[in-house]
Order: sequence, then structure tokens, then C-alpha cells
Amino acid sequence: MNKLKLIIKREFLAKVKNKSFIIMTILSPLLMVGLMMLIIFLNEKNSEEIRTIAFVDDSHVLASVFTNTETTKYVDLTALGLEEARKQTEANYYGVLYIPKNDSLVNLSKGISFYSEDSPSLSLISAIENKLERKIRDLKIEQLNFDIEKIKAAETKVEIASENFSGEKSSKIGSVLKMIAGGGFGYLIFMFIIIYGTSVMRSVIEEKTSRIIEVIISSVKPFQLMLGKIVGNAMAGILQFIIWMISAGFLMFVLASIFGLDTSATSPAMGQINPEVMQQAQETAMSELQIAFLEVKNLPILTMFFSFIIYFIGGYLIYSSIYAAIGAAVDSETDTQQFMMPVMLPLIIAIYVGFSVIENPHGPIALGFSLFPLTSPIVMLMRIPFGVPMWQIITSMLLLIGTFILIVWFAAKIYRVGILMYGKKPTYKDLYKWLKY
Amino acid sequence: MENVLTVENVSKNYGNFTALNNVSIAVPKGGVFGLLGPNGAGKTSLIRIINQITLPDSGAIYLDGEKLQPHHVHQIGYLPEERGLYKSMKVGEQALYLAQLKGLSKAEAKKKLKYWFEKFDIGNWWDKKIQELSKGMAQKVQFIVTVLHTPKLLIFDEPFSGFDPINANLIKDEILKLRDEGASIIFSTHRMESVEELCDNIALIHKSNKILDGKLIDIKKQYRTNQFEVGLLSNTIEKETLLNEIKEHFSFETAATKSFYNDLRLIVSLKNGETSTDLINFLNNKAQINHFTEIIPSTNDIFIKAVGENE
Repeated sequence: MNKLKLIIKREFLAKVKNKSFIIMTILSPLLMVGLMMLIIFLNEKNSEEIRTIAFVDDSHVLASVFTNTETTKYVDLTALGLEEARKQTEANYYGVLYIPKNDSLVNLSKGISFYSEDSPSLSLISAIENKLERKIRDLKIEQLNFDIEKIKAAETKVEIASENFSGEKSSKIGSVLKMIAGGGFGYLIFMFIIIYGTSVMRSVIEEKTSRIIEVIISSVKPFQLMLGKIVGNAMAGILQFIIWMISAGFLMFVLASIFGLDTSATSPAMGQINPEVMQQAQETAMSELQIAFLEVKNLPILTMFFSFIIYFIGGYLIYSSIYAAIGAAVDSETDTQQFMMPVMLPLIIAIYVGFSVIENPHGPIALGFSLFPLTSPIVMLMRIPFGVPMWQIITSMLLLIGTFILIVWFAAKIYRVGILMYGKKPTYKDLYKWLKY
Repeated sequence: MENVLTVENVSKNYGNFTALNNVSIAVPKGGVFGLLGPNGAGKTSLIRIINQITLPDSGAIYLDGEKLQPHHVHQIGYLPEERGLYKSMKVGEQALYLAQLKGLSKAEAKKKLKYWFEKFDIGNWWDKKIQELSKGMAQKVQFIVTVLHTPKLLIFDEPFSGFDPINANLIKDEILKLRDEGASIIFSTHRMESVEELCDNIALIHKSNKILDGKLIDIKKQYRTNQFEVGLLSNTIEKETLLNEIKEHFSFETAATKSFYNDLRLIVSLKNGETSTDLINFLNNKAQINHFTEIIPSTNDIFIKAVGENE
């Protein structure tokens, strides 16, 4: 036990004292915050840009649609004709919209085209399409002699408030929150496994190439060394994450107060996931914010926290012991490729499945992958905020622990043999043979 | 004599490959024991089993009469053939770490390290990283780390590889000093010439089998060939006549040795019943003997012969 402590301490210090670790720890929050600031800055710049669009309306009925907005201005070049308008546009404007002459309203929507120097932004095109569709519809209604005002009055907007059987209300905001909470945790585990699993592997390879391994294992058991390495690296990783969290939070706070940026309105992640929700949130800002707070309270925070810890430890231990075994099997990092692929695959699948899980948190795919121990640390964590039956969590954890024991046992065997093998690049067949030594 | 280490009928297989086949050796206390054999004979496999790095498939090992147990690693010092240190770790920190893994307390380890660093005059290396040291320098640190916890059994696997002759000598003297202080030493090598001056006992391993073991002197006696190299000076008789006369009584061949004097150098093989006294008396009447020595086989010769007998 005492020796294990010594090994953990050495591995931790070796990692923490490493120059690249120190640089990464200091630079990453700066980079992260810097990148965020850059995105915010570019977003603002982007929306400040004003586009001027020319149009040639040969139908002479749609021109009224083109009213200037904050970001888009329209110029009527109908008088010039398409050919001349195109020439003018090339020199002066972002693009030109052409509406051909048409006698019947039915065919009005056909043959409308947009000419520009490079492919136009999709949002711009769909905005124009929306405008035109609405106008043409109105025109058609008018032609049919209906009262537009009455029809508009008849239009209704329905919002369904959903509530589960135990009385917890859920809302779209709530779903977004759950996505962020689950996705964040899952992604954190994914990153941690990859970064620190590889670091364990490198550390094993270093001991092999520096040939100190035999000196060490004449004093301690290979298993102790492997475990010490895994734990020591994890501790260094946790320290790094804590430093990142604190310093990133601090930097965000400082920068936000310096530049006076409204950080709450610029969370791009939220906007990307569901712009509608954002729009609504802005419309009814106050009440939605209250709902959000309620939703946070409604999340199964305790379950999330404890399962995060268990899946974090279980997932990391499984993968890092595989990484350790790979490190032991090869002589140099370049030889690791053939073994890395099968390890990365379940992780990447887990992330992809995780995103579909957000759409359908209780479907068969979600259930399957959240029980399968190589993907469950990520997928299950993404599901838990949406409420997962206890039996599933427990089954998944038992499977995880069982697999963990099995994999560590296998990895330790390969590790024990591999660290003393030099020269030959092992095949999978060799690894299988080593299990029986 | 009491044995510090007894290996009884140890076998080890890796898949279909047999690394050790029913090997037994006994290492007496307080001497240097040579574990000899060509590359790939199984020496390192045996040493790893003694160090509990791997487990034998069958057989037993006793250290000082006790069956080998995990805590015994503290009583063994091992310098592997494949050796090295953490490149980016400081010398002092590293030595302390390795000493603590061998069961020393930090204070104890520090005290002993100070003694050895002064002895080797490398005190100013403490804060240097291994990658800043030359290979020979790193080897010195490695040696200190191996012997620091004053183990009762020291195992050196090819200890002199990587040392220049001066440092190799230094290390050799230290090994002998440790022996005089009471440590038992296993010295594994495939270079037989270094064995003669160091080892009291040897075991030969060839193709996973032990083919020979015992006291070096006894083995040499066992392999003596009853051959003598003689140098004869004569002014009275022609060389040809002398040779003919000797041929009547003894079988011999001319030696390859070039002599300082222009004498006749012969290697005479005695038959059963003939003694060296017979030879001296005979030659003394014929010519002046200026050289007379028994040809003792070198470990190398013994090794080649033993291997040949076992093929």
C-alpha cells in the first residue's frame, strides 16, 4: 500500500512538473476564453454588416415586400432590366433577385432566381423566400375575395405545456438545459479519457524506452505500478480541470466586466441547438428565465452528481488500463496506431449516439448504448437528466463495474508481459498468447 | 557451506518455448556466483524468477532457507541488463524514489545516498537530470541505486556493459568490497573472461538447461587435460634428436607460443599413470628446463567443451 502511494506521488509529480502540463494548464483557459471572445466579437461584427440587395421585379406585384431591415437594404432596379441590373450589381451590390414577368398568380412563384458573386448565405435566401411566400399567399387570398384581416385573426398559436405523471413540468427551456447538462458531463468524460488515457500510455512507453521498467518491477508488482500510474495521472488531470474551471470562470468574469459584454445573451451553444427557443426566450425573457431556474431545480442533480462520479471513475479506469496495456505492448508511440483504433471507436460512437439520445432519450438505441459498458459512461450520463429508471442505472453500473474488473485483469496480464518485451511489434495473436503466460 | 539462495527444479515456459527446464542451483553465502551461458540460454529468465518479476511454472526458490515471498524483494538488489533511469527526473529524487520502493525510509535513504555520492565523488549531480549525464555517469547512479539498501543478495546482469575500462574496474572493486562486507553476489554474463577473477562458484546454463555447476576450482580440476607446456634449452643435442627421444616416451605437439629465448616449446599430454614428476625427471636429463606449466582450461574452454558434450 505504501509503495502504491509512492508510485502515485511520483506519477503525479512527474506529470504536474512537466513543462507542457504547466503550459497547457495556464494557456488553455486563456485560449478558451479568447476563442469565446473571438466568436462573440465576430458574431457582432457579422450582424453589423449591412447587405444591399438589388431586385428586378418584372411581375410588378411583389416589390412592396422589400422593405429595408437593420441588416439588409433593397434597391429597386426593375427599370434597368435584368441584364443591366446584373452588371450594376456586380460592381455595387451583394446580389440581385430576379422575378420574371407572370400573368397568373399560380405561376408567380416559379422562375425566381438570385444572382450573386459567390453562393449567398442560406439564412438570407430563406428570409427572402419567406417574405415572398407570405406575399404571394396574401395575393392569392385577395384574388379569391377573402378578407385577409379575418384570416389573420383566425390564425392560432398553440403551446403545449407538458408535465410528467409525478407532476414535474417540463418545457423546451428545460430540455435544452438537460441537453447541456447531460452533454456537458458526457463530453467531459470523453475528453478526460482521451487526454489522460493517452498520457498513461505515454508514461508506460517512456518507462519501456528508458529501460527503467525492470528496475522498478524488481521492487513492486507490475499491477501496483500500472494502478499507481493510472491514479497519479487521473489526479493530475483532476487538478488541471479544477484549475481550468476556476481560472476560466475568473477570466470570463474579468473580461466580461472589462468589455461590458452581455454574456448571458451570447451563449452560442444554446442558440445553435435551438434558435426558436432562444427567440421565444428573448420575447418573454423574464418568465422564461424563471422557468429555467425552476428547471435547474427540477433536474435530478443528486443522481447526476453521483452517477457522474461513478461513470467517471469506471470509464476512466477501463479505458486507461486498456491504454496502459497498449503502451506496454509496443516499443514506441508510432506503433500504437493499430491498437488505438478499436479503443477510440466505442468512444466516438458513444458521442454520436449521445447526440441522438438527446432527441429520443428513452429509445432502444439510447437504452442499449447506455447499458453497454464501453459507451455507458458517456451515453448514460447524457440520458440521466431526462430521467432514467433506477433499474437501468443500476444494471448499467453493475455491468460497468464487472467489465472494469475483467478489463483491468486482462490489461494487467498484457501489461505484465508486455513491459518486458522488446523489439518485436506485437500482433493481436501475440497479445492473446500473453494472456496465457 | 550455507546457501543464501536455493533454486529447486525450476521450469518456465512461454507458450511452446521452454525458457528454463528443471534448473536447480545453490548459491553459497558470501561469495560471487557466476551464472554463465550464451545469449538466450535462460539466464535472464532465471534471474527474473528470483526477483519475482515472473513466476515459475514449477519448482521452488528459497532465500536464506525461507520460501521466496513478496517482502524478500527488499533483501535483493538487482541490476538488470536492460537498465535505465527516468530521463527527465533529477538524480537525487530518482535515487530516493527507487530506494523507498526497496523499503528504505526517506531519511535512511538520504543518509546512505550521501555516503555513496561522496564515495563516487558525484555529490554535485543531485539536482541534475539523468538526460544531462553521460551514459557512464548514469550507470554509476544506477549502481548506487542497486546496492543502496544493502541487500543480502545482489544480482548483476552483465554489469560491465556500458562502462569504460576505468569505471568497469571501479565497479568491479566495489562488487568485491560488497562481497567482503558479507553480501552474496550473483554475476550473470556471457563473457567468460571476466568470470575467472571474480567468481568462486559458477553454473552454466545452455538452452534452458543447467549443464554444469560447482566451485570454479573443482570444475577446473574436473576439466584438467593433463597437458603441460614445457620450454627446453639445449646446447649439447640437436633439436631433432631431442624431439625423437621425447617422442619415444610421451605424446606431444609443438606449442604455438613464441618464446623470448629460442627454446623448444612443447605441449605434452600425459597418459594415465604418468605424473608431472616423471616428465620433469625425464626432461631434466636431456636438456635445461626453462619453462614448465600445467595448462589449465579457461572458463571459456570449459564452457565450449561442456556445451559440446551436451549437444
